[in-house]
Amino acid sequence: MAKRIGLEVSLSAAEAVKMANVDCVAAYPITPQTHIVEHLSELVNNGELDAEFIPVESEHSAMSVCTGVAAVGARAFTCTSSQGLALMNEIVHIAASMRLPMVMILANRSMSAPISIWNDHTDVMSIRDCGWIQVFANNGQEVFDHVLFGYRVGESPQVMLPVMVHIDGFILTHVIEPVEFWEEEQVKEYLPDFEFPYALHPDRPVTMGGLGGPGIFSEVKVSQDEALIHSKGEILSAWKEMENIVGRSYHPIEPYRVEDAETIFITQGSFGETVSLVVDELRDEGQSVGLIMNRLWRPFPFEEFREATRGAKNLIVIDRAISYGGQGGPLAIELRSVLYKEKNQPTFANFICGLASRDVTIADFKNIYRRAMEKVKEGPREEDFEYYGVRGK
Amino acid sequence: MESTNVYAYKLVSRKEYFSSGHRACQGCAEALAVRLVGKALGRDTIVASATGCMEVTSTPLPFTNWNVPWIHVAFENAAAVATGAEAGMKALMRKGKVPKKRVTFLAMAGDGGTSDIGIQALSGALERGHDFVYVCYDNEAYMNTGIQRSSSTPFGASTTTSPAGKVVPGQVTWKKNMAEIAAAHDIPYVATACPSYPLDLIGKVKKAARIRGPAYVHILSVCPTGWRLPPELSIKAGRLAVETGVFPLYEVDDGRYRITVDVGKLRPVNDYLKIQGRFRHLDETMIEKIQKRVATEYARLQRKVTMSRGD
Repeated sequence: MAKRIGLEVSLSAAEAVKMANVDCVAAYPITPQTHIVEHLSELVNNGELDAEFIPVESEHSAMSVCTGVAAVGARAFTCTSSQGLALMNEIVHIAASMRLPMVMILANRSMSAPISIWNDHTDVMSIRDCGWIQVFANNGQEVFDHVLFGYRVGESPQVMLPVMVHIDGFILTHVIEPVEFWEEEQVKEYLPDFEFPYALHPDRPVTMGGLGGPGIFSEVKVSQDEALIHSKGEILSAWKEMENIVGRSYHPIEPYRVEDAETIFITQGSFGETVSLVVDELRDEGQSVGLIMNRLWRPFPFEEFREATRGAKNLIVIDRAISYGGQGGPLAIELRSVLYKEKNQPTFANFICGLASRDVTIADFKNIYRRAMEKVKEGPREEDFEYYGVRGK
Repeated sequence: MESTNVYAYKLVSRKEYFSSGHRACQGCAEALAVRLVGKALGRDTIVASATGCMEVTSTPLPFTNWNVPWIHVAFENAAAVATGAEAGMKALMRKGKVPKKRVTFLAMAGDGGTSDIGIQALSGALERGHDFVYVCYDNEAYMNTGIQRSSSTPFGASTTTSPAGKVVPGQVTWKKNMAEIAAAHDIPYVATACPSYPLDLIGKVKKAARIRGPAYVHILSVCPTGWRLPPELSIKAGRLAVETGVFPLYEVDDGRYRITVDVGKLRPVNDYLKIQGRFRHLDETMIEKIQKRVATEYARLQRKVTMSRGD
């Protein structure tokens, strides 16, 4: 039996990076990502992790160094948050386009201004279309597992894409949670060495990142999109194998008590665990409620959502980010597209809340549920969305 | 290889690592410099290139002029990408995943990619002490995008964003001294070079690769298109830059300055300026101002050389 210990989620994330036997860590400090890199530098300096720790002068260079590391066929890790992600944005896109596998943890934090170190998903949404595989982790164990998962999937020859693991800043990064570590043999079985077929080496000269004119650009970009879409097969089998090895099973979406539920909450990130308690309480009160936690943000699980929401009368979509001038939060916008062609479409109530870590408690989610039910009676307009818990709203 | 050796030219590798057929302009001294750097470094080299003329003209997919492994990621990060490759390879070799071998990691960028947008990544890479060579091919403006001024454009030069106007006579700032900025990082080796002096250039690049730790080579690369001069004058213009003291060839080896091509008494700067269209509008006052500046800077360099002798 693998050991199970209580540990700050950031530290267990670093321990997972160590278990993945990464070759290089390049990072620049930004709250709330710092504890992850601090611990990694400790592991390297104490000789517990045989890797190069590269304390770069900016996030832009962190991601640039990681592209260089991956290009020679070595395993790269970095992590950042909000403004750091914005600074490295250019290279985040390029890493995916050049099909360079690596893992980045994004300790989700609000985008300035006003500057805030606290948690929401506005940083995630700023790179929605960057071409990375993106998963949300809801607790410490999921973070640990998905670091290993990230390398396994991204480095798969059928995929060759970078993987981003989203974890809520502070709410998750700075809490102590029980985590079951993997055994060395389990990691070995799950995660083979990175074998990059086009790695830069003098014995096999290749040219990477050349100029793409109108005659070739579209083909390159479409093949990139196809790679991301088709990565889902590998994602599913990597989760299946994880279940076989360590007994934990993950899915693109995680439904909770949705059987016969008239109303389904849909969340992304650490809200999910809070809402699962809300669902229990509302069920005890006789309400027909369920929950779907989305795990796989990209490639988006269209089919799974259609399947899981079929038969539901109402959806309550919780967003932790604003799409300025858009039709509600980014998750809601995505889900409207998913359900557009469905017969018997459910009603749609979208709430944006919890910006910059503003608390959304069990009582708040119950209020949200009641408000959603009122809206159902009012006959909601589908484009409606509400900010919850904001003064003056 | 001593540049005084009459057989020295025969000792230059006949192998080409940057092949013919690239799409650089006629008379491009930068393409020549890239070719010479390739010859100096040989096959066991991994190149990280910044966006710029040399990237655009040598890698139009699906073609390439590179016979060594080469990667381009973006404009401002050649130093970061090269040091990532260096660190990655170092770890792979230490862990026994790749057989041990001495590989040179070359970061290359133009003057914009070095002294403007790339200076932060470069400074970080130099400070971290990676074992790599950074070569700046300085053609003194953003030539790839159409001859816009950079911080490396010399005083007085007319470019498309520092045009010689009725009120403002071209570039009004002095050229940023990038080699000195690199030297201020206290790295093992810094040098200036010019493809008009091929043996000096090759010798310096070889030395830069041989030395462990970061090395910086700043290569003046004449651009006939941007400097408004006939392509057949590229090599001559490079020589004049050196002979007038506008671009002295020197090295800073472990902190010690040495002028590697001693041109004796400096020629008047106007010999260099008058063959270039970008300086056509300069009046005598401005030329005099440039002459004074060159004399001052050259004297300063000579003092550093003298001080180094006293070490």
